[in-house]
Amino acid sequence: MFQYMVRRILIAIPVLFGVTIFSFLIVNLAPGNPVDMQVNPYATEADIQTKKEALGLNDPIHIQYVHWLVNLAKGDFGYSFSTYEPVLTMIVDRIGPTLLLMGAALVLAYVIAIPIGILSATKQYSWMDYFTTSFSFIGISIPNFFLGLGLIYIFAITFQIFPTGGMNTLGNEGGLMDTLAHLIMPAIVLATGIAGNMVRYVRSSMLEILGQDYLRTARSKGLKEFFVVNKHALKNALIPIITVIGVDIPMLIGGAVVTEQIFQWPGLGQLTIQSIGSRDYPTLMAINLMAAIAVLLSNLIADMLYSVADPRIKYN
Amino acid sequence: MSMASTKLGNKKPLPEIPLNIIEDLGKEESYLSLITKRFIKHKLAVLGLIVFVLIAFMAIFAPWIAPSSPTRITGDFAASPSSAHLLGTDQVGRDLLSRLIYGSRVSLSVGIGAVAIYVTIGTILGAVAGYFGKWIDMLIMRVTDVFMSFPYLMVILVLVSIMGPSLTNIILVIGLLGWPAVARIVRGSVLSIKEMDYVMAGVALGYSTPKIIFRHILPNCLAPILVNATFGIASAIILEASLSFLGLGVQPPTASWGNILTEAQSLSVLANQPWLWVPPGMLILLAVLSINFMGDGLRDAMDPRSIK
Repeated sequence: MFQYMVRRILIAIPVLFGVTIFSFLIVNLAPGNPVDMQVNPYATEADIQTKKEALGLNDPIHIQYVHWLVNLAKGDFGYSFSTYEPVLTMIVDRIGPTLLLMGAALVLAYVIAIPIGILSATKQYSWMDYFTTSFSFIGISIPNFFLGLGLIYIFAITFQIFPTGGMNTLGNEGGLMDTLAHLIMPAIVLATGIAGNMVRYVRSSMLEILGQDYLRTARSKGLKEFFVVNKHALKNALIPIITVIGVDIPMLIGGAVVTEQIFQWPGLGQLTIQSIGSRDYPTLMAINLMAAIAVLLSNLIADMLYSVADPRIKYN
Repeated sequence: MSMASTKLGNKKPLPEIPLNIIEDLGKEESYLSLITKRFIKHKLAVLGLIVFVLIAFMAIFAPWIAPSSPTRITGDFAASPSSAHLLGTDQVGRDLLSRLIYGSRVSLSVGIGAVAIYVTIGTILGAVAGYFGKWIDMLIMRVTDVFMSFPYLMVILVLVSIMGPSLTNIILVIGLLGWPAVARIVRGSVLSIKEMDYVMAGVALGYSTPKIIFRHILPNCLAPILVNATFGIASAIILEASLSFLGLGVQPPTASWGNILTEAQSLSVLANQPWLWVPPGMLILLAVLSINFMGDGLRDAMDPRSIK
């Protein structure tokens, strides 16, 4: 297990560098550079060249990459093309709402999906099973934005139970119940696709386990079915699900972009769309880079947890 | 050995093989008909196939089915459904039904075009990695990990904004970024298949490496690739719709199901003109759902564990 973990970490290191190279190349591919964006209209071509030289923009590309990487390590993500603020400050301002939304969606999805998946597997081919299977497929297939618009139409416009968007009512900053009321619809939208996938995973994983000999032993020694399923079977059925989190994190991040846009949620997703509108590539790539590192880390952690939960795993 | 000799020693007659078994061997079901049979048993998959065929029909024959041109301004703007315009007209006065019918062309071409590109890339990279192994495998798989680390939608948004939003660019970007999952699947299959005796026989016979990979190994990886591609078409359709909804996909006046929904970002359209956003949303859901059901049916039908 220890050996597996070490090898797993060693493999993540070149991937991390690959991620930074890819991000850097895209920023360079994008039109515009920090100098062109900030010059005053009266600057001469010579002034611009001096400034570019000073910033190292005329260096060969691999030198620029090393520079960029060193700055990154110091927490310097560069400056936004549109607000001229440090990119890091902009991200720090926005990351809280996004984490709140993604966390709420993830918890909601798992709390709903795991029991439904178990029930669907223990009652295989019942009407319940067909019903949940069909519904989980609808959950996977419905576009985030359509579900979001539908919820706003029903719950915000027709019945006026929840607000249409934003994170707080103006003038009512910080009220917990107020934030919760704003959070509930976007969290449901973001959770739907993940829950749909999760139900499928839990169901098939549970079905595989339920046929195993050790459960027949548990039943034959007179254990109640409830404990057979929820104690003996569930433990092993949930192990493969650890790896699903590696799939869910990128889905959450992508989904957050669309969801935040519909509900005017002031997070990184909305910042992404705004940055695209203003062609603010440094900010865009910083968000992408952070997202990629988050995915990389969550995959790494998922694999580690998996090797702890299932000691049979070996690196191949 | 000893068993056989005792049997021979006893001079018992060998049990006669019933002729009908030999005949049955010749008639053994082909793999394809077996899969078709199992697919047909999956009711939702068949339903999905029917809906998908209908949508494809709509896309191919759009000019004959649509009541008017999707870009022609035909009447009042934002008119509610009437006998002249079955689904009403949009903000500019174009017939919505016609726009929806033409929109299916965008969705299907993105779905099929993008998936065709990335299945090709993924299959070649996965086969090369799995067959040659060693450092080539190591390199390709690490590049795959890098591509898998970026949240799909985010990178697509950035690349499309750099290249400029258009139908071709969306197909290209999804196609160039979507291959990692296919590469992993193909690599896994190739790793197990290349150890088989018939592949060794091919090597011993001196067949060229491309011939061994493409003619002898890859046909046996087809099932998982096909299942992945089916689900891939569904997610490419959602991606295009999301991009177009955000205004970064197919640009008006070209109709796409996603960009028709863009108008519903305004609360007054959302509240007062539901015919502008409910039908395109339902169509996206229907198309994606039908393809996902087909994918599920294919997966069940091709799963070797359930072949009896």
